[in-house]
Amino acid sequence: MASSPVEGSSFPLDDYEALLSTTDVELLKRAWRNEKAAPEILRFETDLTDRIREQIQLMEETVEEKSAAGINPLSISLYQMDLDRAQFLLRSYLRIRIQKIEKYMFHIAKTDELWNRLSREEKSFTRRCTDDLKQHLEESVLSKLPENYQSFQRQSVISEQDDMVPEPQLDTFVVCRSKEYLTGIQLEDGPVDDRQLLSKLFEMEPGVLYFICYKSIKALVESGKIDLL
Amino acid sequence: MAGQSDPHLSLFSADELEFIAEDEMVEIVPNLKMDALNLISGDFGPFVPQITTQVPLWLAVALKKRGKCSIRPPEWISVDKLTQVLEAERESQEMSEKLPFHYVEISRLLFDHARDDIPDVYMVRSLIEDIRDVRFHKVETDLEAFNGRTIAVKIKNLSAMEVNIVRPFIRRALQAFCKHDSPELIPDPERVSDRRPQVANNAPRRQLRR
Repeated sequence: MASSPVEGSSFPLDDYEALLSTTDVELLKRAWRNEKAAPEILRFETDLTDRIREQIQLMEETVEEKSAAGINPLSISLYQMDLDRAQFLLRSYLRIRIQKIEKYMFHIAKTDELWNRLSREEKSFTRRCTDDLKQHLEESVLSKLPENYQSFQRQSVISEQDDMVPEPQLDTFVVCRSKEYLTGIQLEDGPVDDRQLLSKLFEMEPGVLYFICYKSIKALVESGKIDLL
Repeated sequence: MAGQSDPHLSLFSADELEFIAEDEMVEIVPNLKMDALNLISGDFGPFVPQITTQVPLWLAVALKKRGKCSIRPPEWISVDKLTQVLEAERESQEMSEKLPFHYVEISRLLFDHARDDIPDVYMVRSLIEDIRDVRFHKVETDLEAFNGRTIAVKIKNLSAMEVNIVRPFIRRALQAFCKHDSPELIPDPERVSDRRPQVANNAPRRQLRR
């Protein structure tokens, strides 16, 4: 996809805001929102989730120590709230991914690009899931059908593609916001030819919201230039 | 703690939007002495009586609930500022840029937990409701301008809650336009005439099912 970000006039954030935006919680929140908004599964944030997990564990220990030492219960309850918020984010992030895996497991399992986006745990989950579902489908229905209709991936042996595998719909519309000035976004790709008028290159101003086809900005989401919301 | 939203209804539940907005910073004036908090989400404090400090909204609300601070309402929450915003919203079809992205959630949280810290709270509240209505009306008229040639919609200064509410509609509308516009679905008269009987071609069916 042709996209050449132009060095735009990026407004210098004041130090305070810059400091805030770099916390891992903030990064996880971004990953969470992107994952929620994207139709397909995105790359698993291995390092980020590891760091957050460590911080959560550390904080759990700190809270325990503090409450054992009988320190100000107010401050302990505030630490606990902060901990709850971080845990909620992490759990919600992992759950959305599991929901997507459950929905599109066969598709993910056979598509290398998607498969490589999963974490180790998610891979083993997907493997178990696909095995179980396949076995279930075969035992309960497919084995009782005529020979030509026994595939769990295809309607029948004459199907040209795997037409019984649910796939995420990538030409859906999402809301997104860019951090910098972007130009040269190809809005329509693929063999749609009666749209010269519209397939002109699209520009994005920073901070403005756009409803746009996910397929056109997929690469920019993956490279972190655009946030979904 | 907010539950997981059903992704089929709306992307973010009201609780999740509130959760996001709770990370916005506000100024508080504590009335207790407490050491700085080194939280996962950042370091805040130390808290000294009568000395203003910046904390995230959730922390401010937690302290406020326990009577340990008063919250300084953000600058835009005042009768003066909001009256200006309302006028600007009424005068122009553009959305005013004077309100923060989470203005609905922030004002709701403050009305629920810190009414006594907001001067003229009833007036402020009704102003915000009016602003919401005017803005919604504008979004709705904007949506009428959609047509089959719309492939991307740019909306300046739409707030988080507004995005969430119009998202399902806009998404379905744009998708429907896209689908009906797609040349693959428009039957080609030549092809129809010499259509071969029931070839194993699943492509059109796949299109429709989506």
